Amino acid sequence: MTMTTTSMVELRAVRKSFGSVEVLKGVDLTVAAGEVVCLIGASGSGKTTLLRCINHLESVSSGRIVVDGTLMGYAETSKHLVELSAKRIAGQRSNIGMVFQRFNLFPHMTALENVRMAPMRVRGLSKAEGTARACELLERVGLSDRQDAYPAQLSGGQQQRVAIARALAMHPRLMLFDEPTSALDPELVGEVLAVMKKLADDGMTMVVVTHEMGFAREVADRVIFMDGGVILEQGSPADVLGNPREQRTRDFLARVG
Amino acid sequence: MTSDPTIGEAPVQQASRVDEPTLTVRRSRAKTVRLVLGLVIIALLAVLAVRLVMNSKLNFAVIRQYMFNPSILAGVRRTIVLTVLAMAIGSLLGLLIALARTSSSVALRSVAFFYAWMFRGTPVLVQLIIWFNLALVIPRIGISIPGTSIDWSASTNVLITPFVAALLGLALNEAAYLSEIIRAGIISVDRGQSEAAAALGLRTRGIMYRVVMPQAMRAIIPPAGNELITCLKTTSLVSIISYSELLGTAQGIYSVNYDTLELLVVASIWYLVCTTLFSIGQYFVERHFGRGFALDRGARSVGIMSLFNPRRRVTS
Ligand SMILES: Nc1ncnc2c1ncn2[C@@H]1O[C@H](COP(=O)(O)OP(=O)(O)O)[C@@H](O)[C@H]1O
Ligand SMILES: [Mg+2]
Repeated sequence: MTMTTTSMVELRAVRKSFGSVEVLKGVDLTVAAGEVVCLIGASGSGKTTLLRCINHLESVSSGRIVVDGTLMGYAETSKHLVELSAKRIAGQRSNIGMVFQRFNLFPHMTALENVRMAPMRVRGLSKAEGTARACELLERVGLSDRQDAYPAQLSGGQQQRVAIARALAMHPRLMLFDEPTSALDPELVGEVLAVMKKLADDGMTMVVVTHEMGFAREVADRVIFMDGGVILEQGSPADVLGNPREQRTRDFLARVG
Repeated sequence: MTSDPTIGEAPVQQASRVDEPTLTVRRSRAKTVRLVLGLVIIALLAVLAVRLVMNSKLNFAVIRQYMFNPSILAGVRRTIVLTVLAMAIGSLLGLLIALARTSSSVALRSVAFFYAWMFRGTPVLVQLIIWFNLALVIPRIGISIPGTSIDWSASTNVLITPFVAALLGLALNEAAYLSEIIRAGIISVDRGQSEAAAALGLRTRGIMYRVVMPQAMRAIIPPAGNELITCLKTTSLVSIISYSELLGTAQGIYSVNYDTLELLVVASIWYLVCTTLFSIGQYFVERHFGRGFALDRGARSVGIMSLFNPRRRVTS
């Protein structure tokens, strides 16, 4: 792995509470450009919340998140952080792709329409340009023959691949994946992971929450174990998955097999 | 079994199925019994209806004569115009109220709540009479902005004609009901949908217009169609504030010629014609917004699905 000095994501002392419950308890994390980071940890440890803070679907309670050199969600004055306008936040989000556990494809649009909608609405692409870009991306995820299918006509694996194409259509600098294969039948997991691996090989910066240890071992540059809202342990896949330092990491790995 | 030339099966499978007997689907016995019973009931009802009508003292010549009477047709037109305008204004205002009710501002939420509470909680007939008699409490209506040349007012009696009173009463009342229907539609859409759109960089308006509303419409159309038909029939109330829509016109005629029932039958037929036309329109609107949804459900879609997706193909 070649470590570059430019970082794509930087989290500093990020805390997040829902009401009186603190879910993230001071997370520091740096992800280099082109790096693939896999986030593992028990259910409820704050993995989803961390991803959602990165693209400001949730606003942090304190701390700061910088993506590609831009402070997410806030403008910095001499004394305070002031939340940005909805327009600016939307602009920041448009550079970050997100893939959800339950796909969240738009059911009233075909695969093609799902992929080209945001580039047309947000980037101002013409219909022809949007269609060309969508066709290219659907081809890249191996679905060029299903572009006119509605989500309900696609298998879970196909839907998730359309969702990946949809996120890529905005030409994001960073891709966030929240358990992209957890809702899939076992035989469909492979096709989605293959698309993600190809994406990683092409140099995309990726933060992936996953329980697929095989994928983490093979594709990740770094594995991070989260526990109770903090990063408990991180390192190369071989170290964290093969020879964990922390007892809690060992317990977790024993449980997920 | 069905063979599908466009998809083509593996030759091995094809060969192994050659000896199987051809199976055809036959209607089950229970279904046949139900069909026959249904036909018998319909026939009996038809006989009953015909005998009722033939033995009544209804004068069919009068009904035929007034069916296309110019005053009646004008009444039909006013009824339709009133319904369509009231529903259009009601939908727009209802959408605003629904958005206000789902907004994060306490002030907006309270105003919207108060509106729905007020207009749903009082009879529309009372509202209509109040609008019609507005001049009694507010003799003049106008706007004037100090410091500018804008200073305009007019007599309420001139502004609030029976038509305006009728439209105000119906539209404001519809807005209250439609706002609840629209709100229910909006909250029926999974939150993951607006989050996915937000993650792509869409803003509130785009999320609503492109993602949430098209899906909400599926839940909105059936009760809104109901509301449209209710509104059409509620227009008959405005005859009480001397606006001559369909019922008012019919009443005007039978108060002179005393063919009361005949004219009420004429009016009823026209109401039925209108509701039927609206229902047909609703079918097409529903079909439009059902795009992408009814594809994997129901027997009807199986045939279409089989063309698209070999894994879902029905084989005998
Ligand atoms: N919107 C929310 N409101 C309140 N609590 C929440 C919310 N989202 C998540 N939580 C809580 O935060 C904790 C961490 O959740 P999450 O980030 O989804 O964990 P993970 O993805 O690791 O399973 C859980 O206890 C969850 O109940
Ligand atoms: Mg999660």
